Amino acid sequence: MADEKILLELCFGTTCFVMGASKLQEIESIIPPQYKNKVEVKAHTCLDLCKNSTYMKAPFVKLDGEIISEATVEKILKAIERKIDG
Amino acid sequence: MDNSNTTHIKREVLVRLIHAFINQEMGNVRELPFQMRPKNGEAPYRCCIYKERAILRQRAIAGLGLSVETDDEMTSLNTYAQQAMDRTEPEKEILTVVDAACKGCVPSRVYVTELCQGCVARPCVSTCKFGAIQIKDGRSVIDGDKCKNCGMCMQVCPYSAIVKLKVPCEDACPVGAIHKNEMGHAVIDFDKCISCGACVGACPFAAVHEKSQVIDILKEMKAGKKVVAMVAPAVVGQLPVSVNKIAQALIESGFSEVFEVAQGADTTARTEADDFKERMERGDEFMTTSCCAAYNELVEKHIPELKPFRSDTRTPMYYTAKFVKEQYPDCVTVFIGPCVAKRKEAQKEEYTDYVMNFEEMGALFVALNIEVANCEDYHFANEASKEGRNFAVTGGVAESVKVALKDFPELFPTCVNGLNTKSVKDLKNWAKKGQCPEGNLVEIMACEGGCVAGSACLNNKRITTKKIQAYAGESKCINDLPVIEPKTN
Repeated sequence: MADEKILLELCFGTTCFVMGASKLQEIESIIPPQYKNKVEVKAHTCLDLCKNSTYMKAPFVKLDGEIISEATVEKILKAIERKIDG
Repeated sequence: MDNSNTTHIKREVLVRLIHAFINQEMGNVRELPFQMRPKNGEAPYRCCIYKERAILRQRAIAGLGLSVETDDEMTSLNTYAQQAMDRTEPEKEILTVVDAACKGCVPSRVYVTELCQGCVARPCVSTCKFGAIQIKDGRSVIDGDKCKNCGMCMQVCPYSAIVKLKVPCEDACPVGAIHKNEMGHAVIDFDKCISCGACVGACPFAAVHEKSQVIDILKEMKAGKKVVAMVAPAVVGQLPVSVNKIAQALIESGFSEVFEVAQGADTTARTEADDFKERMERGDEFMTTSCCAAYNELVEKHIPELKPFRSDTRTPMYYTAKFVKEQYPDCVTVFIGPCVAKRKEAQKEEYTDYVMNFEEMGALFVALNIEVANCEDYHFANEASKEGRNFAVTGGVAESVKVALKDFPELFPTCVNGLNTKSVKDLKNWAKKGQCPEGNLVEIMACEGGCVAGSACLNNKRITTKKIQAYAGESKCINDLPVIEPKTN
């Protein structure tokens, strides 16, 4: 576990961006120092999660493949904490 | 308030309304609050889903371009949707307060917190000119009837134990135009309101709404009119793609053509430079810019004595719309920007028909499922200058006048970066004295940072400022661009 990083995938497609992902652009700098080198952040143009009827649940992010809908900085940080600390 | 939760709710309402229009489901709009907060669902923010539905219903009224103030709560959203479909022009007042969302914050007052140590020195008691502070049970207590909210006690407390409880909308308003009524709900005094949008941005409950004209615009498109989009310079960077892709997304949304308002900004810069030179040569002490719509409202309603010092130059929106209407006399013009006050300006001039804000533009793309990153690059018919494209950032307007003036050593530019109670006071003083100690060309921006800080922006101003500067950096100098004329047949 020590060297393995968890993968945080952000979606900056139009739907996610408009519905709130603009607020996630600087999340990398907000991740607390104890988790910082354990998380790899990757930005996508679109994760294709909005192309169904649940698009109102945007913005979407993926944390190690697990989808977080209506993502906010708060929700993501909590999920990271859960993932790493168990 | 840069808040994900309120942003999401407001935009979802807009997306759903646009959806309803496109799918010809305006007759079912009454279902919107129920779709967003379905039976047995959760109420994420308020006491219960019934309260949340009541708020969503009112947000939808604003989204339909109507006033919540005149709502009797019995009228169905379907009826309001029909009114929106039937009207021939948008309503006059451009803001409305969603009173169900307005929490009715406690009145603004000075308050002693539990951090009070009951010290022996008691500087708060001795400082208060109104005898409003007494010691009870070893702690300072403020008598609300005597307190004048001057805040002196806050300044002298060695423990910083005294705070001022603010009402965010009241605190943000530079002209005292929003107040709580006897019910505790915010009410806008439209005789005083300068439409700056400060309250819209400040309310943590997102209770102040712009009355949307999006339905009116969609109706014009549906009627087969040539609807032209005029994008404000602040559009650059609102989405994480180039401005050319945003423009193409507008075309795919139903606009016939897209113009950069930066081209009108070039006209503003050139005209203002001439105006400034003339005024200085005749001996004027200073001149203010005239492109900020909220500032213009401020001058009209609160500081008419500033009128002689304000440039007579019209705004970039005006020159752009005039150009477009001269080129296409039968078209419908839509200004797309971050600004509340532009709605007022559009009502007062003859060339701009509608205003759509960036949030509504974003909602339109979402409702139509347009992925802007996949759009082609739109080619603007006219080129705008570096200076015109920089209008949306504080300092950009003054700089453009300076550049357009070429060589004029007597120019001393300064900026009023944001209208607030202090800067409004300064402006009043300058008008009274007929002098401005800070400079002779005074750029005025109602929003701190410029239009990039407008209340309806999609992206944060640090990022958009950088994007705008990069885009402007690639553009030609205003003095190297020819003056463009409308193409008429």
